[in-house]
Amino acid sequence: MNLKAVAIAVVMAASIPVAASADQQVVRIATEGAYAPWSFSAPNGKLDGFEIDLAKVLCERMKVKCEVVPQNWDGIIPALVAKKYDAIMSALSVTPKRKETIAFSTPYAAAVNTFAVLADGDLKALPGSGEAYSLDTEQDAAKARIADMAKVLQGKVVGVQGSTTAATFVETYLKGAVQVHEYRTTEEHDFDLMNGRLDAVLANATVLTAALEKSDMKDAKLAGPLFSGGVFGVIAVGLRKEDTGLKQQFDDAIASALKDGTVKELSLKWFKLDVGPRG
Amino acid sequence: MIGDSFLGSTFIALLAGVPLTLQLVVLSVTAGAVLAYGLATMRVSGKLSLDLLARAYVFVFRGTPLLVQIFAIYYGLGQFPSVRHSVLWPWLRQPYWCAILALALNTGAYASEIIRGGLLSVPAGQIEAAMACGMSRFTRYRRVILPLAIRQMLPAYSNEVIVMVKSTALASTITMMEVTGIAAKLISASYRPIEIFACAGALYLAVNFVVGRLFAAMEFALSSERRAAPSLPGPVVRS
Amino acid sequence: MPYVELMGFGPNGWGFDMLAATAMTVAVAACGFLIGIGLGLVGAAAGLSRFPLLQALADGYTTVLRGVPELLVIYLFYFGTSSVITSVASAFGARGFVGAPTFLTGALAIGLVSGTYQMQVFRGAWLALSAGEIEAGRAIGMPRLLLLRRIILPQAARFALPGVGNVWQLVLKESALISVTGLVELMRQAQIGSGSTRQPFSFYLTAGALYLLVTFVSGAAFRHAERRSVRGVARVS
Repeated sequence: MNLKAVAIAVVMAASIPVAASADQQVVRIATEGAYAPWSFSAPNGKLDGFEIDLAKVLCERMKVKCEVVPQNWDGIIPALVAKKYDAIMSALSVTPKRKETIAFSTPYAAAVNTFAVLADGDLKALPGSGEAYSLDTEQDAAKARIADMAKVLQGKVVGVQGSTTAATFVETYLKGAVQVHEYRTTEEHDFDLMNGRLDAVLANATVLTAALEKSDMKDAKLAGPLFSGGVFGVIAVGLRKEDTGLKQQFDDAIASALKDGTVKELSLKWFKLDVGPRG
Repeated sequence: MIGDSFLGSTFIALLAGVPLTLQLVVLSVTAGAVLAYGLATMRVSGKLSLDLLARAYVFVFRGTPLLVQIFAIYYGLGQFPSVRHSVLWPWLRQPYWCAILALALNTGAYASEIIRGGLLSVPAGQIEAAMACGMSRFTRYRRVILPLAIRQMLPAYSNEVIVMVKSTALASTITMMEVTGIAAKLISASYRPIEIFACAGALYLAVNFVVGRLFAAMEFALSSERRAAPSLPGPVVRS
Repeated sequence: MPYVELMGFGPNGWGFDMLAATAMTVAVAACGFLIGIGLGLVGAAAGLSRFPLLQALADGYTTVLRGVPELLVIYLFYFGTSSVITSVASAFGARGFVGAPTFLTGALAIGLVSGTYQMQVFRGAWLALSAGEIEAGRAIGMPRLLLLRRIILPQAARFALPGVGNVWQLVLKESALISVTGLVELMRQAQIGSGSTRQPFSFYLTAGALYLLVTFVSGAAFRHAERRSVRGVARVS
């Protein structure tokens, strides 16, 4: 009998924390944590970056408690579907393929990608450097430029991070012209660019800019045009399809943050330019 | 159409990785076998220095994970300017040859023990008899030692080759798109891990089954005394 | 940065991180190893049983998990388990995500694969048991539990020990594959370090040396245990 009383007391005690935390909604947000300046691990192990700051702002406006957790890029969508967390804020571009599995909030940023090459390598004079093309509005000009680039890139080895829009771009526009190597992280392909295994890498321009500031990448430089729109598209929060309520909350918070310039402020802080969605 | 279903299209996509898997296996096992034979002879040579050197090599390559070896060769060696400017760079620059090198060095260590076991299993009496007949060293190896040793080590070697087929999956960690690399990419894009795993697993099982059969056939070919002796039709006995 | 400083225990040194990661490697390998022993015992029992269905299951388990790369099994658990566990848990009424931390998924994957090897070891140990001694024990009326404790287990453990030691070495090396799930064991720590300092060779060399150290020490421990286990056993030489 004593044992039974103890058991009942233990179960009741254990259920109290559950009841208490049911007050405030907790939203777990995943980010890669290896994609500076969007998200990265500071030396003390804490996550920091544009996404983390923006997440704090959005959660304040949504009046929920936020937890940002790191997650390897290749598992980031499967783990969302498996309910390991509730949202993805990791420079996740909206693509038709991804829309088949998950839902997106309204966009809070736009993706711009470009190439990085060795400053004194074969591709140092890649055509199109300094130009910018929107694959939405300037498709023909962009395609013409890409055709020029394809001639120079013929047979070269290009590195991209796997399962990204950069990988899709290379597959769509440069198939057959270049050899593609897909890596698990941007760090790995930066490594191989510097040791000469890759002739070029294609990645998000802000990420490349931040990487080039590191001392061991001083011999690399950006090259080729800045591509936006099209396969690169806009960046939004990834959500499960059934979480329509959460989507509404994010949409409202993002709309208000865009309207009062908070997103632009954070963007200037981290990227020194405005990566907000156009239009 | 087979390509319409998810499983069907997955299977076809994975099939594209099989040639690379096979190439990695064949090249690394062959190179590894040569290395292993060298190591095995070093160990049975009787010279202490060679024996210790071989033992050290086997200890290091069997005591560390293959993944560490692959990364040490691919990223580790790529770190040194002296390597990047050496004559080996056109090869080491490509993940394909780095993978084969790492796999060959690894299987060389395991296989050397198998070959050593095979060489030591040849009955001393047969070797003595061969020497007594005046066979040269080369002939001794060709007619007596190697046939017996190879037959002895085939079962263990078939296991090793099957392990190597599975080890090629690690090449996917250095950007190679063999079956596992393609499978990981598919899972990441379509979020249906169980079906893709089933397809990829089935492919590996099929390859391993063929390898097993090949080795069984080789064992049979080398075991002439276990096969039925050819016989002439005898007189019909009526009683 | 010179190697000693890089791997040392100073402010810029990675020594502590590498050692902590080694501890994590041993921990996850040990968990996987124990899971494998459990599965191996069950599998051996199934394989030795009278029922064809159980035998077929044991056979299938071995064939599939020995023929498929361990990396694929780990990917399956990494990408897939969460959904499996969550759906199982929701059938029991739990809401939300039932966490399966990377440690557990890694240990499960390794346990599943090593179970096939353990199965062979335990099966071999069982078949090597001296039937005469067991009969004698039954003949003098030993209860089954006593028979197990005094006759069967000591012998079976002695026969299984070398094989089990081998499987431990295997599990230790396989634990490096768990790095793909993001768990910070030794291989992953070496990747993190080499990415941060751009000195991959030093890190993978150190990782290799640490793996060798653990392999050597555990190998010595198993050999010692084997020698102790054959104390007093009459040898026919």
